[in-house]
Amino acid sequence: MAELQLREALRRAMTEEMRRDEDVFLMGEEVAYYDGAYKVSKGMLEEFGDTRVIDTPIAENGFIGVGIGAAMAGLRPIVEVMTWNFSLVAFDQIINNAAKIMQMTGGNYHVPMVLRGPVGAAENLASQHSQALESIYAHFPGLKVVSTATPKDAYGLLKTAIRDDDPVMFMESELAYGFKGEVPDEEYTIPLGKADLKRDGADVTLVTWNKQVMNCLQAAETLHSEHGIDAQVLDLRSLRPLDEEALYEAIGKTHRMVVVQEGFPFAGLAAEIAARVQEACFDALDAPILRVCNRDVPQPYATNLEQLVMPSQERIIEAARSVCSR
Amino acid sequence: MAQDDPGVGKDQLLGFYREMYLIRRVEELAAKAYTLRKIRGFCHLYIGQEAVAVGAISALQPEDYVVTAYRDHGQILARGADPKAVMAELFGKKPGLSHGLGGSMHLASKELNFFGGYGIVGGHVPLAAGAAFAAKYRGEDRIALVFFGDGAAQQGAFFEALHLAQLWQLPVVFLCENNYYAMGTSLDRSSFVQELNRRGDGVGMENWQFQGFDVTEVYDNVKKAAAHARSGKGPVIVEAVTYRYRGHSMSDPAKYRSAEEVEQTKEQKDCLKLAEHHLKEEHGVTDEEIEAIRDEIKQIAQEAYDFAEQAEPADPAILYDYVYAE
Repeated sequence: MAELQLREALRRAMTEEMRRDEDVFLMGEEVAYYDGAYKVSKGMLEEFGDTRVIDTPIAENGFIGVGIGAAMAGLRPIVEVMTWNFSLVAFDQIINNAAKIMQMTGGNYHVPMVLRGPVGAAENLASQHSQALESIYAHFPGLKVVSTATPKDAYGLLKTAIRDDDPVMFMESELAYGFKGEVPDEEYTIPLGKADLKRDGADVTLVTWNKQVMNCLQAAETLHSEHGIDAQVLDLRSLRPLDEEALYEAIGKTHRMVVVQEGFPFAGLAAEIAARVQEACFDALDAPILRVCNRDVPQPYATNLEQLVMPSQERIIEAARSVCSR
Repeated sequence: MAQDDPGVGKDQLLGFYREMYLIRRVEELAAKAYTLRKIRGFCHLYIGQEAVAVGAISALQPEDYVVTAYRDHGQILARGADPKAVMAELFGKKPGLSHGLGGSMHLASKELNFFGGYGIVGGHVPLAAGAAFAAKYRGEDRIALVFFGDGAAQQGAFFEALHLAQLWQLPVVFLCENNYYAMGTSLDRSSFVQELNRRGDGVGMENWQFQGFDVTEVYDNVKKAAAHARSGKGPVIVEAVTYRYRGHSMSDPAKYRSAEEVEQTKEQKDCLKLAEHHLKEEHGVTDEEIEAIRDEIKQIAQEAYDFAEQAEPADPAILYDYVYAE
């Protein structure tokens, strides 16, 4: 078992898949000669050459569209966006083409493409570079959405995403690229749509994904040591497909739930999750499901203001104590 | 035209004529069905432009990719789709090309390497660059032909695709069908440059303009463009000057142009009249022979109409079948 950074785990997944299948290639801004804006693709140009690791001009709407067309023609593109914020330039390609082509052509064509890059806030990047966009992309049938920040999960999920015949929006984390974690040496894949219980507990379930998993795990420690609350942390890992079974099982066990979602609260995934759980498991609930999300404002720049906006340990703990009445 | 190329002969021109007349008849019946509310939604008719689809697609090989926008009935018929399956799709019926999921704007056929009709102006152009990218990546001898209108030539996705195709020397023929009206906005009110082939100048792309009324002229020009793309010399952008007789869609009374302008074009430049003239004057085809062809085609179009009318409705059981491949 090797200890890998998140970026190394992602690189290992891409490299193995490109060795396994010649139809897989990597394309994006700075992925080749620069070794990736966040060094995720470091060394890949050397191994695969510039016909398979391809630098693009700054033209997301164009090159994501090219990726979709290449996928329709049978290739398996991995298209890197420098951040998911820039994917919005190509929103039309992703939403009106990638998500719909299979359905509107009656199954004539499908789009086996992975679009990947970091999502959410890093530090002090202000409003245009800090958005968590899982909720937006998960809104659309036809897309799959993965959001993960642990090296072990990222490796197994990215391999599955590359082999998947649908467009997968694969969301990573700028702040987590350097996070280290144990990754088994043998090859493995993780299915999409399976949540992972990152910490077991009896009193309350903290539902989350991506780097908020780390936030919730720390909050769970404090809840245990200072408040005697035994919180479990359910890492959804993929938002579409959503592991509803795992959510229902969790509420059946802890009867209390807090959804921790980076990103805006209004019409977000936390609301969707809360709605589904209460619709399916109303009788199991001992308290309303609470949400801890970003404050409902564009991301501010100043450190103190940014900290006010993000889901904090304090807010998670407060919500968990509130649903547990402790 | 190459010295040893005999040019379009009698049989080939008769074939073109049949195809153009089939499109005209299918469109006329589609217009009838629309007024009877048997075809719903948006319905953009191709009448007047038939020579462009027939001449251009006839210049391709079966393995080449074809991508087009929402005015797509003519293109897919020219590519050889069964008129019954096309009409059934317009009617939203079960045996339609896309099982009734796509309708008029989203006709597609993998068998015919027809990527489809797309409803967001210009959004389909990058897909053609992607298909050509796949062909080049795999070292295949195939090109992509993308149709787009004068409206799409103002759109960002078009510009980006044009540039990426040239940068990466992808085998694409960009074919602008300039019918002079982007919905109701005339070209002189939407583009500073009036010769849209010159969009290629900015990216250093080979480009020229031709008249799109004479099917042989279209065929010869696209054949030349396709040969250029196929030879590895990079993409080409060509502009076919054409005219649509009907409104932008069935709901458009076309008050933005004069009746004289429409009548004059019909009188002087109609592709069917021009082809009939050549057939009679240069190939000795008689009025009786032409009449026989027209009767035969009318029959085929009517059979398609009857088939669509009598076909089973779209099947509710498929509602979720084509959202995800897996």
